[in-house]
Amino acid sequence: MGLRELWDARELFYFFTWRDIRVKYKQTFLGFTWAILQPLLMTIVFSIAFSNYHAQQNIPYPLFVCSGFILWNIFASGISGAGNSMVSNANIIKKIYFPRLIIPISSILVAIFDFLMTLPLLIIFLIYYKVSPTFGNIWMLPIGILMAIVSTLGPGCLLAALNVKYRDFRYVIPFLVQFLMFVTLFINPDKFAHDRIFQEILALNPMSGSIALFRGFVLGQEVDFVLCGISCISAIVFFLLGIYVFRKTESYFADLA
Amino acid sequence: MKPILEIQSVSKKFRLRHEQKSYLSLRESMMGIFKKDSSSNEDFFALRDVSFDVLPGESIGIIGKNGAGKSTLLKILSKITPPSTGKIIVRGRIASLLEVGTGFHSELSGRENIFLNGSILGMKQKEIAEKFDEIVDFSGTEQFLDTPLKHFSSGMQLRLAFAVAAFLEPEILIIDEVLAVGDAEFQKKCMSKMEDVSNSGRTILFVSHNMAAIQNLCSKGVYLEKGSMVMQGKTDEVIGTYLKNSLGETTFEKNSKENKVCSFSKIEISKIPKGDQTSIHLNIEIVSSIEKKVALDIRLQSYSGNPAAFGSYGTFNESEMLTLQKGMNNFHLEVELSGMANGLYSLSADLTQPFKEFYDRVEQALLFEYCYTNSLKDSVLLQDWNLGYYRLPVSISRL
Repeated sequence: MGLRELWDARELFYFFTWRDIRVKYKQTFLGFTWAILQPLLMTIVFSIAFSNYHAQQNIPYPLFVCSGFILWNIFASGISGAGNSMVSNANIIKKIYFPRLIIPISSILVAIFDFLMTLPLLIIFLIYYKVSPTFGNIWMLPIGILMAIVSTLGPGCLLAALNVKYRDFRYVIPFLVQFLMFVTLFINPDKFAHDRIFQEILALNPMSGSIALFRGFVLGQEVDFVLCGISCISAIVFFLLGIYVFRKTESYFADLA
Repeated sequence: MKPILEIQSVSKKFRLRHEQKSYLSLRESMMGIFKKDSSSNEDFFALRDVSFDVLPGESIGIIGKNGAGKSTLLKILSKITPPSTGKIIVRGRIASLLEVGTGFHSELSGRENIFLNGSILGMKQKEIAEKFDEIVDFSGTEQFLDTPLKHFSSGMQLRLAFAVAAFLEPEILIIDEVLAVGDAEFQKKCMSKMEDVSNSGRTILFVSHNMAAIQNLCSKGVYLEKGSMVMQGKTDEVIGTYLKNSLGETTFEKNSKENKVCSFSKIEISKIPKGDQTSIHLNIEIVSSIEKKVALDIRLQSYSGNPAAFGSYGTFNESEMLTLQKGMNNFHLEVELSGMANGLYSLSADLTQPFKEFYDRVEQALLFEYCYTNSLKDSVLLQDWNLGYYRLPVSISRL
């Protein structure tokens, strides 16, 4: 994977991430508040629109949505950022060499930064609804987040590489993200308890396992470890595939971009 | 001594797609599976079998016309793009400067851009912080450090960009035509900075159209033409060959069958100004059908085509006008160029009846380079500076 090279250039991760964060909120009146405002507004909208649709007995619906949404956002903004990153940094790629993986990974680091910014929102929700995280499940928190990151890296790098060659993916990415959001956030696997095969197919979406683990800690929801295992394997497969395709094609990026 | 850089029969092939499509789309390449139309593709060699070695501490100037493959070579050396065939062995840390201000972001401040750009160029954050004051000083933009780059003038952006690059300390420095920026004073600063770098024992690969800069900086030259290496060797010799080849012949000839009163049949540069010589010598052959008094004009244009200078025998002083005899007339002409900017000039010539009539005009008959090599000490202008073509003599006295 060229880890050595990546390590030598580690400061570039910082600079690219820092640049993207700076630029993202430059000349905005509300600045970093936007990072919190977006999931807050989404939570409100979803709560109003879908609360009747699949109410959870013991969990306040806004909390359910918010906990899923902020983790989902790592994936959603990570994938769209990484997917377009090689093209939007084409001018740099054509003029200087550094390990190319730094670019999509930095876009994902930006998404992780946004996630950390939104964590207080979740904590406020927890306090407001007087829900305490299940500390017995605390190990699920890092694993859930790590899984979200791995799940984002694979498709992110894959799309970044493909987008350099086939600009069609510029249009595929938003569609993909929306479709997966629908699958991940709105289809409640519990409703399909009678259809195990369907549940297992849904679990192929790596984010479903990641969010299940995250909610396992935050909301104390029961976790189906078989489904999580499927998600985990899927995440790893996509990760390896994404990195492999990226590494395989990266040397020609400057010619194609 | 082991070469720090070995370039072993490197070629770079591009596939030209004759349909004017700027990039591939998925549909096209899926269609391509079913439909084979190799006729629309053509291989183009940007580089063909180029090999040379670079020893540590050498500065190599790479010259050649536009499209000769110089930039492609630099891109391959800096690992931006892989060679199609061939191998490159590098024994040192490379930094490449193919563009000034790579990665500059217009929303970020000058200070932030110094760190970002420095880091992209391969400097460590600590290194940048240590040299920060020097960089700012060199660029002369300290007043605007916290202003977003988008409010910088383009000249200031360039200066800032070059300042960051100037403090790179790699073992091998690759530079593409970046000196052609900024005003004269800054140019000079850059040149002396580059000399420092070269003198400090680092290896430099330098692409430029500015022969004076190459001559000044480089100990060795590599001359590329249409992707192939024509020659490598001492800078003077390589530049000489390059100029001889690319500036075309020193002789212009034409068979004039037109029914003109008089016309040029041959213009030959007999002596190009070199070193500390400042005049160009021309042998001119004119065919005339009758005995005639004419004025002979010489016009110089810069390589980019701008009129640069004008000299005449006769136009300003009718008593000076040449008297042509019927038949062949040969003249030797000496044109003094001192004070002119160094650079490439094309030479055009006219035979006229002053302010009344042109008998013959020869546009851009010859191309030559005026290269006054004491220039940098004497601050002769370079055409690339875009300050004009003539350095005005200025004198001053205290009143």
